[in-house]
Amino acid sequence: MSETTGLLKEPWQYFERQREAGTFGIWVFLASEVLFFGALMLTYTVCRIENVQAFAAAGRETNIWYGTINTAILLTSSLTMAMASQAAAANEGLRRLILWCLAATAALGLAFLVVKGFEYREDIEKHLVPGTHFGLKQPTEQLFFGLYWIVTGVHAVHLTIGIVMVVRLTLLGYLNKFQLDENPEIQVTGLYWHLVDIIWIFLYPLIYLPGRSS
Amino acid sequence: MNTHNTHSRTIAWKLWRRNGLIWAALMLLLTLTLVFAYVPMGLVTPAAGIVIAFVKAGLVILLFMELAKARPLIRLAAMAGVVFLAVLFALTLADVLSRLAGR
Repeated sequence: MSETTGLLKEPWQYFERQREAGTFGIWVFLASEVLFFGALMLTYTVCRIENVQAFAAAGRETNIWYGTINTAILLTSSLTMAMASQAAAANEGLRRLILWCLAATAALGLAFLVVKGFEYREDIEKHLVPGTHFGLKQPTEQLFFGLYWIVTGVHAVHLTIGIVMVVRLTLLGYLNKFQLDENPEIQVTGLYWHLVDIIWIFLYPLIYLPGRSS
Repeated sequence: MNTHNTHSRTIAWKLWRRNGLIWAALMLLLTLTLVFAYVPMGLVTPAAGIVIAFVKAGLVILLFMELAKARPLIRLAAMAGVVFLAVLFALTLADVLSRLAGR
């Protein structure tokens, strides 16, 4: 059982209040992220409604295996992140469990980026980058791939930030630079991580599943 | 020390069981959405993909992010993004779809 006094930071007088403010703050930030990615998904929706055939044909060109494997990887990383966050909140001295789960989360995030890298290489080889050398017949299919590169790129940036934050927690915990039990930073980082996962959950059917049945 | 070890092992096991079940449900839904995508059902096929995405996101938000047991202030903050996004979608699609209907 550990004390929370070591976790208390300026300007808060009480740990409870600090934790509440941290959770509230990250949720407000996540709401703004929902609007950011939501606006991109709305753009996609409008383009798809106006170019149904082109989006089906373009969707078929994406590699479903890379997409599905990456979805499974991110869902599993959410499991390990939730485990780390809840084990820390349990305040039962589960140090090894917390550290292993944090390390696994960062490793799975990296695995996602590696798979994404292979996928990007294949996309470039198939000339799926909008522009003069675009490889598909219908010009409107460029709309799909323009959005594909923007959305997956911005998502990868978000994930990279998440990996840096999780690695930071793992190192600080491993080197005993801060207390793991009841540390609100683990929960706040976890909430951000889960949001990045949720965005991918919606991107998966939008990017990889169109046109598979036709 | 020994009783403490057994105690923390029980706690860890409970956490794995709770979160492992949620993970298994998410994997099942991922398989379902993949299979549905290959079944030709007209507009139902893309709709199934989106509906399953909402169910998966719901599981993550309520159980992994623990919004189900969060305080009302936190739930309000989480809802704000979704509500304004719904306004954005509703107004934009009302415009786009009514123009398409007039074609």
